[in-house]
Amino acid sequence: MSLLNLENLSVAVGTQEILKGIDFAVSPGEVHVIMGPNGSGKSTLAQTIVGNTQYQVTDGSIELFGKEAGNTTPDQRARAGLFLSFQHPVAIPGLPLFNFLYTAYTAQLAGEGDILDEQKKLSVNDFYRTRMLPPMTWLDVPEEMIQRGVNDELSGGERKKTEVLQLAVLEPKLAIIDELDAGLDVDALKMVFAAVNRVFEQRKDTMGLIIITHNQKVLDYITPTMVHVMMDGSIVASGGPEIAQILETEGYKGING
Amino acid sequence: MDKTTPKDNAALDALSSYDDRYQEQYGFEDEAAAYEYLSEKGLNPEVIRAISRIKGEPEWMLEKRLKAYEIFLEKPMPAWGGDLSGIDFDNIHYYIRPEKAGNLKATWDEVPDYVKNTFDKLGIPEAERKFLAGVGAQYESEVMYHSLQEELSKQGVIFLSPDEGLKQYPEIFKEYFGTVISARDNKFAALNTAVWSGGSFIYIPKGLKVEMPLQTYFRINTKNAGQFERTLIIADEGSDVHYIEGCSAPIHTTDSLHSAVVEIVVKKGAKVRYTTIQNWSRNVYNLVTKRAVAYENARMEWIDGNLGSKLTMKYPSVYLMGEGAHGEVLSLAFAGSGRVQDTGAKMIHSAPNTTSVITAKSIAKDGGVTTYRGLVRVEPGMTGCRTSVQCDALLLGDDSAGSVSNTYPTMDIREMDTVIEHEAQVSKITDEQLLYLQTRGVDVALARGMIVNGFFEPIIRELPMEYALELNRLVELEMEGSLG
Repeated sequence: MSLLNLENLSVAVGTQEILKGIDFAVSPGEVHVIMGPNGSGKSTLAQTIVGNTQYQVTDGSIELFGKEAGNTTPDQRARAGLFLSFQHPVAIPGLPLFNFLYTAYTAQLAGEGDILDEQKKLSVNDFYRTRMLPPMTWLDVPEEMIQRGVNDELSGGERKKTEVLQLAVLEPKLAIIDELDAGLDVDALKMVFAAVNRVFEQRKDTMGLIIITHNQKVLDYITPTMVHVMMDGSIVASGGPEIAQILETEGYKGING
Repeated sequence: MDKTTPKDNAALDALSSYDDRYQEQYGFEDEAAAYEYLSEKGLNPEVIRAISRIKGEPEWMLEKRLKAYEIFLEKPMPAWGGDLSGIDFDNIHYYIRPEKAGNLKATWDEVPDYVKNTFDKLGIPEAERKFLAGVGAQYESEVMYHSLQEELSKQGVIFLSPDEGLKQYPEIFKEYFGTVISARDNKFAALNTAVWSGGSFIYIPKGLKVEMPLQTYFRINTKNAGQFERTLIIADEGSDVHYIEGCSAPIHTTDSLHSAVVEIVVKKGAKVRYTTIQNWSRNVYNLVTKRAVAYENARMEWIDGNLGSKLTMKYPSVYLMGEGAHGEVLSLAFAGSGRVQDTGAKMIHSAPNTTSVITAKSIAKDGGVTTYRGLVRVEPGMTGCRTSVQCDALLLGDDSAGSVSNTYPTMDIREMDTVIEHEAQVSKITDEQLLYLQTRGVDVALARGMIVNGFFEPIIRELPMEYALELNRLVELEMEGSLG
């Protein structure tokens, strides 16, 4: 079963058509890298998949975990197993990251039907010890940062670290990672992708990854199953890592021409 | 012509379901309440004489009351703040004495059942057992129950109703009563001075730190009630105390008036924290004067949480009278549909090297109105003062509901050598914030609640845990009736 299946997906904001007939599928164990220049529709694709209502599906369909996504809300999709690491994570002052993640974990455990099995629920302490602490170590996230308001007064790099921390803690079945590399130096880039790889390796039997980037360097840190090139709202090429090679040497023109 | 729109109906539904929940948790009315004395509606010297006579007061207090009544008649209604035109001074019972009032009860068993049941439902005896050093419980005009840990009482702490304080410690009482807030201060301070009854009288001896808070809970039960408690706190040099005030009332269709006066004297090196969790029902006018004087190196902190009432006008003040004194106000206001919270703070720097911090956070929702009204004054020659004022407002609900947030921060700085910080902002919960939280699996209502709690967090974290939880519950109660 596919984790995600897009058929002829077309998306508009107001009257402006942004995505034009995307076909795309992800199965467990797969890593898909979506590349393309700024404005090609990559982030729109991510936002549409999570259910951001600013983006209207004008044609085609989104199937998530074997079900038509239809008008399901972003939180329903998340509880079904979807995760998005945001390009620009927003701050929620006064809501400590740890408290928020424990609440999110509890909501996700309750699942789509919103029925919580108290037997399965980890205590706050166990949650901290088994879910939070290991990825905090991989990502070098200090205790103080999880007690602070979500993304509040964090640098761009710190925000990206805590996005990956959330990915590790919430254990989604399908994770979309949007421009994780933006604003990170080489060392930080290595560290966050090492953490992404680690989460994926541990859970690849059931998990899929979509990595959105316009930076070929990302391919030094992650091994894609497939690379897709998006331009002007369409996927113009799909293939193995060799596609990235063409991009590297010839740029996006090499794909088109 | 029927002008009711679907939106109005939605607003009414939200409001009535809010009322149902408030009624269930805080607004239950005691049908069995029995009164030993219920003054006729309206105010005249006879009512005042009766209050004083029933209480067995000394002559000087009766004179003070009668003089204050004259001042009350002379003073005009405030022409600013909220709309006070709905107050009908002739339609209020100014003194309501429950049966078995007087002779303070130190065990709950001695208190009339209906009073005890009310405070049981509000969780007061339970709080007393768990984390309070002393408890007062006022029902209508009289304090019906009072306790203080024996050890504190042996160490010289006084914690009584002011009526009892006046009887047992007439010298201290007379020395301080009305010295921080005179009857001339404003119309409602005059009214309170004329008809005051109940409240708290606290004295903390030199150098004594009271570890656990003292609390008094104020309850109005009957309709058209006036409650005019008077609180006087004296913290002697180097002492430390935390006092907590809570309140609630049933929802009635006619209005009640709560008009308290709180005077605090914080002597050299002492620290007083005064926490209010105001949860009056929607028919209560809450017009309160609160002021502290802080002497050398003293510290006065007001934590002022206003969630209920029809209209609250309250601006806790600190007069910084001695070098090194520090004043702080943390103000939290939530105005739902049909409510006005006109709150703020006053800091008067009357000594050099004094410091003040005002943090005001307010939420206006579904047509509610919040106003921050503040004054910081630095007197000429008072060098080396610092003051910081931060006002954050959040508007919730549909734009068309017309929620309003006002900010009137007056800075009257008459000394150049002063450091001033001032920030103010009005914000809304953004779609981006909601989406972000939703993509982690929490639904939109919970997401909104989390953002609101986060907004108030800098104030809520200052409260003892039990009160932080209580305040979170009150915020949730306000949020449940949310339209958008």
